[in-house]
Amino acid sequence: MSDQLQNLDLPYFAIFLTFFLAVLSSLLVLAPTQRGISATWDYLKQVKFIERNGIVVSTYIVIAVSLWVVVMIVAPQFFMVELSFHDGTVAADVNYDYSQTPYTFNNYSYVIFGSGSDDSYFNVLHLKVFLRTIIASVCITLLAFVLCYPIAYYMAQTAKGGTVRLLLICLVLPFWVNEILRAFAFRILFGSSGVINSVLIGSGIMDEPFDFIKADIAMYAGLSYAYILLMIFPIYNAIESLDHNQIEAARDLGSSWSRIHYRVVMPYAKPGIASGCTMVFMLTAGALAAPQILGGPSSLWFTQIITNWFNLGDWTRGSAYAFLFLLSCIVFVLTVMKYFKVNLGELAK
Amino acid sequence: MTSDLIQKYMVRFYIAMFFLYLFGPLILMGTTAFNTPKFPTAIPFKEGTLEWFTVLANDKTIIEGLQNSLLVGIGVICLSVPIGLAAALLMSQVHRKVQPIYYTIVVSPLLTPGVIIGISTLVFWDKIGTSQGQDFDAFYYNPYFLTIVGQSTFVSAYCMLIFLSRLQRFDRTLEEAALDLGASNVQVFKKIMLPFLKPAIGSAAVLAFLTSFENYNTTVFTMTEGKTLTTALASKARLGTDPSLSALAVVIVGITLVGVTFHEIYRRREVRKDELAAEAAKRAAHAADKAMAPV
Amino acid sequence: MSSGVDLEHVTIRFGDFTAVDDANLSIKKGEFFSFLGPSGCGKTTILRAVSGFNEPTEGTVRINGNDMQGIGPNKRPTALIFQNLALFPLMSVADNIAFGLEVEGIKYVERRRRAEELLDLIALSGQGDKMVSELSGGQKQRVAIARALAVEPEVLLLDEPLSALDLKLRQHMRSELRNIQQRVGITFIYITHDQGEALTMSDRIAVMSAGLIEQVGDGSTIYNEPETAFVASFVGENNPFFGKVIKADENYAQIQNKFGLLRGRNTQGLSEGDSAILFVRPEALSLVHGDEPSENVIESTILSEEFEGHSIHIHLEGETAKKIALSISNDGTGSKLQVGDTTKICFDVDRAIVLPEGDLADE
Repeated sequence: MSDQLQNLDLPYFAIFLTFFLAVLSSLLVLAPTQRGISATWDYLKQVKFIERNGIVVSTYIVIAVSLWVVVMIVAPQFFMVELSFHDGTVAADVNYDYSQTPYTFNNYSYVIFGSGSDDSYFNVLHLKVFLRTIIASVCITLLAFVLCYPIAYYMAQTAKGGTVRLLLICLVLPFWVNEILRAFAFRILFGSSGVINSVLIGSGIMDEPFDFIKADIAMYAGLSYAYILLMIFPIYNAIESLDHNQIEAARDLGSSWSRIHYRVVMPYAKPGIASGCTMVFMLTAGALAAPQILGGPSSLWFTQIITNWFNLGDWTRGSAYAFLFLLSCIVFVLTVMKYFKVNLGELAK
Repeated sequence: MTSDLIQKYMVRFYIAMFFLYLFGPLILMGTTAFNTPKFPTAIPFKEGTLEWFTVLANDKTIIEGLQNSLLVGIGVICLSVPIGLAAALLMSQVHRKVQPIYYTIVVSPLLTPGVIIGISTLVFWDKIGTSQGQDFDAFYYNPYFLTIVGQSTFVSAYCMLIFLSRLQRFDRTLEEAALDLGASNVQVFKKIMLPFLKPAIGSAAVLAFLTSFENYNTTVFTMTEGKTLTTALASKARLGTDPSLSALAVVIVGITLVGVTFHEIYRRREVRKDELAAEAAKRAAHAADKAMAPV
Repeated sequence: MSSGVDLEHVTIRFGDFTAVDDANLSIKKGEFFSFLGPSGCGKTTILRAVSGFNEPTEGTVRINGNDMQGIGPNKRPTALIFQNLALFPLMSVADNIAFGLEVEGIKYVERRRRAEELLDLIALSGQGDKMVSELSGGQKQRVAIARALAVEPEVLLLDEPLSALDLKLRQHMRSELRNIQQRVGITFIYITHDQGEALTMSDRIAVMSAGLIEQVGDGSTIYNEPETAFVASFVGENNPFFGKVIKADENYAQIQNKFGLLRGRNTQGLSEGDSAILFVRPEALSLVHGDEPSENVIESTILSEEFEGHSIHIHLEGETAKKIALSISNDGTGSKLQVGDTTKICFDVDRAIVLPEGDLADE
């Protein structure tokens, strides 16, 4: 018995424990009142959740949701974080089981201070990429908002039903094209023999083709293009439910257009704007394809660095980078939302 | 009056520019598919050719990727639609105090970067594999298994949102009516709830498949061996020298256009049918009530 | 135990809110029994306790003498007709009607036959293949009834099923419902806030207010012999006169009021000094012609007059914001009264009733 217990490895055991706890706690939470558990079956039958859904459906719901929440959402994140505290530098062998190594903060200190053998005190290279990722994502999000707000407003309040449907279809259409192909289109556009260079040279503005890819312009353009739709729809949904009379009333009271938008429409559409901005920011910051296809040979985007660690075989460091990245994005989004007084619950559309 | 007119034209101009921005790059890419130069070039347009489509059709990695994508897509449907449904059904039933926590957890995969979902899935199953002493043939390391599970992590959340919005329109008294007429809970679920959710199940499946088909960020980590169409495309696009990719884009846009057109025609016809039926029903009902009233 | 439905000390609470407070009554088999009360009085909660959707917090619900505790709605011999009817929109009319049989596992041919029978009963023969959305309001109503009857319940529960219909149809459906009830001979428990429905259809009525059953009785008892101020004011129109009892015997009580001394029947055993309300219905009031009676004369100002063909409604200034309503039948001579005149009205002592002070129904 004790042998068996010893053989039961931590992750394996943890899964079962969490699973069991999830089932038990969900039942307890759903129970209308606390009753004795002496007669388990009777107790189960009296649980409101089971009473309402029946045994079969209840079992299906509990298993499916626990599987998703525990095995697919929570546990992988947990073990990724756990792995990031192990030392990946000890073994060169790819098949080495890092969970044997002791816990350490090495991977996290590496993000900030580097290996220590560099010239500079800080890990300038990675920190620069990190800051670039965040700042560029913010700029791209703002740009997307500025570009999309007028369209969303026009569709929601001004345009007629038929026009709106047509516009919606036209908006959705480019986004049915694979993300990779969209980035590829920008590569064609900005390539050294691409359309923009051809036009610029053809019109005599330039003599030599300009390397947009090396100048990172292609990447930023591609990233701003990639997720723009996700800005339009939440804002459109939010503005659509605004009573047009409110705008008329504001106009009737002598309010200027800018004031109407600033004081009436935007406050009303705040949840939609927040949800659009959050989505665009997170997706842009987390983008991998566009930087890979449109960026030069060096890593420009933080996700590329994370990927590199995995390609190099150091999963612990990659996990640390991934976790740090996720954490900073979440903290950033929450801070901004707190500043603009947006309730998290409102985000869900 | 004139200022209104100017404003109107400005709005139109803006919309036109916006759509030019949306479609311009794609249209240019499309033209390169029909142009002869080996490096994808739109201008100057030298000579029309369908050569790149034949190249595409003979490209093994693309065809193989397509097969893998289909396989993974079907797997994702099978996993994420039932999970999304269960999660949506549970939403209205969890305790009021737990609901925000539950909601945050199940929506979180939508905001988690795909890269991180891919990494965590990989790490987790690797951990289980090694802790069990399995070698790399075990299913914990199977690229299809990992990709399906990884993608389903967030695709399930999309499905859940679809089911939630459909469930919002569900009339709870229908459930009670069925119970009252003697139906068991399972019968209520099967005969009332599922038929009501059927359209949502359809759209969830379509969305799940498309999202899976499109996905790159998660798949690039979980597809440890072999490639899906999207990852195959990505490695080609990074080299960026082949107009057969443009040809593929043309094929995809073409299929999309046809699909959207059919969907729109179908939808319009349904709407008109509904309107006609409602009209007829109204008239018939009116007549029936009138005939009945003097009894 | 009697057969039918018995409520024994049924109390239903939702958190701190008491929806039904100690309800006690016995509904006989085959009876058409109505719960009448304003919205929020707890009548629907009682219905849901009988059908099994709510369990009583305290007390017992019995059907045919059997305690229903812990028996789900799908196992009770009741069928409920919902306020919104809750017809299954994705099923045909026949499938709706036969749903209860379908879940029992009865074969298609048999349940289709039963559905046709019921369609005949509700005069919708041959319409079984229509979709529910193709039916009119009245037809949907009847389909809902047929669907409930298909499971051959012993008790049919109806939750304001007519409230969505227009007035004319509603009046027609009243007699239709009554007919169906007499044909099938089962117990009907009917929930309504419409006293017209309750009075015309029911064998007996329970009047409810704020979770309490105020009075149980047949229509004329409820109307003529109300036991509480609420019942007197809720059922039919009534003129309240507030005051203190200054003289009472076992038959009559006299109150002191702004308009003087008023006397009426004392059915609730009021005694001297009690706060009381005297109720007189508009049709019991009359204008004083010729000799002034010795008692129950009220002098007030005419505020308005409405001519309505067979009768004339007159409103006079009352003691509170509520006007005194009086209706006299049209004797062909027309009224010679002018708005603003002061006039005297009177009533017969036996047509007025003095009840203990209590909450009145909101208008």
